[in-house]
Amino acid sequence: MFDFVSFIPRAVGQGIPLLFGSTGEILTEKSGNLNLGIPGVMYAGGICGVIGSFYYEQSGDINGALAILIPLLCSLLGSLLMGILYCFLTVTLRANQNVTGLAMTTFGIGVGNFFGGSLIKLSGADVPSIALSRTSLYFSKSLPFADKLGVFGKLFLSYGFLAYAAVVIALVVAFVIKKTRIGLHLRAVGESPATADAAGINVTKYKYFATCIGCMIAGLGGLYYVMDYACGVWSNDAFGDRGWLAIALVIFTIWKSDVSIPASILFGGLYIIYLYIPTGMDHMEIKELYKMLPYIVTLLVLIISSMRNKRENQPPASLGLPYFREER
Amino acid sequence: MNSKNEPLFNIVRRDDMNRRKAWCIRGLAIVIALLLCAVITMVVTGDNPISVYASMINGAFGSARKSWVTFQNLAILLIISLALTPAFRMRFWNCGGEGQVLIGGLAAAACMINLNDKLPNWLLIIVMTLASISVGALWAFIPAICKAKWNTNETLSTLMMNYIATQLVAYYVVCWESPKGSGKIGIINQNSNIGWFPELGNKYLLSIVIAIVITVFLYLYIYYSKHGYEICVVGESENTARYVGINVEKVIVRTMILSGALCGVAGLLLVAGINHTITTTIAGGQGFTAIMVSWLAKFNPLTMIFTSFLIIFLERGAGEIATVFGLNQSFSDIITGIILFFIIGCEFFINYRILFRKSKKTAVPTVGKEDE
Repeated sequence: MFDFVSFIPRAVGQGIPLLFGSTGEILTEKSGNLNLGIPGVMYAGGICGVIGSFYYEQSGDINGALAILIPLLCSLLGSLLMGILYCFLTVTLRANQNVTGLAMTTFGIGVGNFFGGSLIKLSGADVPSIALSRTSLYFSKSLPFADKLGVFGKLFLSYGFLAYAAVVIALVVAFVIKKTRIGLHLRAVGESPATADAAGINVTKYKYFATCIGCMIAGLGGLYYVMDYACGVWSNDAFGDRGWLAIALVIFTIWKSDVSIPASILFGGLYIIYLYIPTGMDHMEIKELYKMLPYIVTLLVLIISSMRNKRENQPPASLGLPYFREER
Repeated sequence: MNSKNEPLFNIVRRDDMNRRKAWCIRGLAIVIALLLCAVITMVVTGDNPISVYASMINGAFGSARKSWVTFQNLAILLIISLALTPAFRMRFWNCGGEGQVLIGGLAAAACMINLNDKLPNWLLIIVMTLASISVGALWAFIPAICKAKWNTNETLSTLMMNYIATQLVAYYVVCWESPKGSGKIGIINQNSNIGWFPELGNKYLLSIVIAIVITVFLYLYIYYSKHGYEICVVGESENTARYVGINVEKVIVRTMILSGALCGVAGLLLVAGINHTITTTIAGGQGFTAIMVSWLAKFNPLTMIFTSFLIIFLERGAGEIATVFGLNQSFSDIITGIILFFIIGCEFFINYRILFRKSKKTAVPTVGKEDE
């Protein structure tokens, strides 16, 4: 019998970083910026939170509010800086978005693994490894009565506050994009910046804000992964290719962050389903094929949505293109 | 006109900048970036900048072996960058170099493992070469045909193909692992050396020679062949290409097959010429680095020799710094990232000119003082 009660919380745990990442990327792509630096941003967001909480734990006593606030702010700041860098290069200096994004991924993963591996040596602290168990306890704290509610509590209430924040942020982003004037302007910028510009919308401002806020949201995914899912233990490359999976989710959900909530949990489930499908000891290799599922599904969705060619399912029309007012 | 409404500066597109000046700007950007990197290294290690640079050069060229490895790495990165270039020239963003290299390597490894006692060595090497090239081409063909038929976004589809290739390799690594349970394949045919590429003088030279051959071939292909011209026209404007009677779909598919096939060659060299094993990380992110190498060189095969040299030098140099000071190897990624940001940013100053407003009295909104 398939063990749903233990499978679903783990799928959600895997899905939340993807949800943060895809929500951030959807917001970014709606402004016409294809930010391939999201994997790097998520690493940077994670490691900045770790650095903040590492120094805070080293300083002595732990206060609950500060233990959450310091890593949170550090993480937001780190991913904001990455976002500003991306915007400065692609919007202000009109650089190629693919190249900038890939350079950011190299840089961000480098920063994450470098500080993850060298933080102890650099700070001269006397600990064997980065294990932020005390601060991570506050991140993974679930509601006090979750345990008493049996299966319901385990399925819906057993997560840390960042998981609920991810869902709320995804809903808010979907609402803003679909229903508000700001969202309308943002979509206009992504579809046709020249038209938006002619209508008096400040294209540069919208691109900057959307991309920077998008990066901050994505960075939280890294923070959630290390502080909550991994219980505060940073190990290099542990975050893996989840950043690319988040970008895949953006296509899978056809640029809708509310659809991303179930979709990211589905992807999280696909990511770990190999643990739950009995393969027998002599066929361990099948597990690797199960891990391929999210990518194949995404590729199929991408191809099918381009085959059907429905207007509302297409990427923003100016995705990946720089905008320069004097060039039409 | 009120000077308050006039922006502080205007940005104007430059149509022509002579090449020398453009390369001066790029050179300047690299120098500034290197200085910044030295400052960062100093802060992290507490060493003086001259010895930082010295250990970087030492890391890349400190001994004969180190120099050979540097040139070998350079050759592999160059081949992958060259492979991606024809696709980029027609504005097809092939981000799938990583997957195409991996799958090419996987095909070579499959032949080495499964056919080692069935074929004579020379025949096996031919079969391996054909297998790697055709599988690499297939991996590029899938996104290409989708792009040609249904205009599927190629950046995203090639990215997905990368991870499918990675998982496929992971699957076969478990299938073929030896000894069982170790989670890796180990050196294939270690005793018989069947399927290993022959050495040319020493074990590093073969990849270098192949890289040179491919560079010359692609240079001629891009600049002096009809195909190269067609790629260029499709890249500039698909509509123009259609009007003059170029079959755009055919050009896209043909160019991507070439791109994937050359990536397959890189995978073949990695497996049969250098590592004699396969892992999921054998391409080591070079499929992505190659995108930047190719772009930095403005898609010119000859310039690519220098840009890939720059990247490899930084990688090996920063790796040496990391070893000497007991830091994490990822230090080289940070250094490479910083240099890339500077080079990416400096393109702006080559393509655009900034015209500052003539009047300096910004605060005074009087009309008459404007054109003094």
